[in-house]
Amino acid sequence: MTRTHITTVINGDEVDFLAEDSTSLLDALRDEVGLTGAKEGCGTGDCGACSVLMDDRVTCSCLVFAPEADGATILTVEGLADSGELHPLQQCFLEGAALQCGICTPGFLIAAKALLEKNPDPTETEIRYGLAGNLCRCTGYDKIVRAVQEAAIQMREQ
Amino acid sequence: MKYAAPSSVEEATTLLSSSPSAQVFAGATDLVPQIRGGYPTPDVLVDLKKIDQLVSLANDADKWTVGAATPTVRLTEDQAFSQEFPGLSEAAGLIGSDQIQSRSSLGGNLCNGSPAADSVPAMVVNGVRALVAGPKGSRVIDVADVVTGPGEISLASDEFIVEFEIDRMPTRTADAYLRMIPRTEMDIAVVGVGARIGLSDDGTIAEALVVLGAVAPTAVRVNGAEDALIGSTADDDTLAVVAAAASEACNPIDDKRGTIAYREQVAGVLAKRAVRIAMERAEQRNGDV
Repeated sequence: MTRTHITTVINGDEVDFLAEDSTSLLDALRDEVGLTGAKEGCGTGDCGACSVLMDDRVTCSCLVFAPEADGATILTVEGLADSGELHPLQQCFLEGAALQCGICTPGFLIAAKALLEKNPDPTETEIRYGLAGNLCRCTGYDKIVRAVQEAAIQMREQ
Repeated sequence: MKYAAPSSVEEATTLLSSSPSAQVFAGATDLVPQIRGGYPTPDVLVDLKKIDQLVSLANDADKWTVGAATPTVRLTEDQAFSQEFPGLSEAAGLIGSDQIQSRSSLGGNLCNGSPAADSVPAMVVNGVRALVAGPKGSRVIDVADVVTGPGEISLASDEFIVEFEIDRMPTRTADAYLRMIPRTEMDIAVVGVGARIGLSDDGTIAEALVVLGAVAPTAVRVNGAEDALIGSTADDDTLAVVAAAASEACNPIDDKRGTIAYREQVAGVLAKRAVRIAMERAEQRNGDV
């Protein structure tokens, strides 16, 4: 199989990689770039565990063919923390115990970041609808919603 | 499988004709699950999103044009579009999660051919037209004429939709879209109803369109409801006729999401509600929008 040369900016760094045309962006991130934060849950766009920001839009990276990312700017969960300091969402998830097994967490963090950038002061209902594309089989969602509410307060105060 | 990202409609047309199993795609939100589910993988995948016209959203004095691959999130985010076509905007906003809406498109939602596609009834009530490109040139067809059955469309395999044309919404006219799903979010419609109501100067209904989704092999117009609404004020008696006509127009499947009887009943209830919403909106559109 021929491999295509793909040039991207991932988490602020220019990153080049090779991938077969049929490879998903998710697999390319994990296997070629070595960023294993985004997870494969369903592989069909239902669970959101593979969420990344692609050109500032929250996207299931399992639904993106790797060559589509040529020229794109991508943010994965690895790019959330700033110089070793956790993002408020990450800190609030930790302090609020908003995770158990953790598989869904990178996707929730990315989707929550996208949500708060669009709507810095969401209601609980808006958070629940905004995160409807992310499935969690452990927490029952309440702690995740509360962590996002707390992070939203902190981010508005910053 | 080879990925190709043409930068013009002409280039895309050539690529699509290059192999019998070449296929265009926009967000791949239906395509990837289909490939994963065992459908044959196309030889050539033609990504339409690098063609400016395919990802546009614009208007002039006469019409809006929406690129066939424009992500649906742009329809819900655009305030001018959402105010003018709240029903179509709501339908676009019901297609999957935020993650999906970053990728899903009107062209994909239509050409996937699902009877339950949310945007289709909302497009049909608004008389939306599709500009279709192919090796023999381009043509314009009504969205209502695209889907011919579940997963079946009237476009030839070497044709694709470039953009949609939507005439500007007249004053005292408005649309609405409602759907029923067993969950509160992230599910496929059991019933979808698009409605569009236009009022005459005396407040009676001059234009009425009611289209059902998910209750027949394709979206269906409810002529009996439309005929009853014209000339009325959508009073309770008229809405009872609308509901009965909507239930009657159903030819649904019986599955785990909804039985035939349930779908028929819900179609009637939702048709009444969608007409009422479109009517209220039409009363508020007094020409300054």
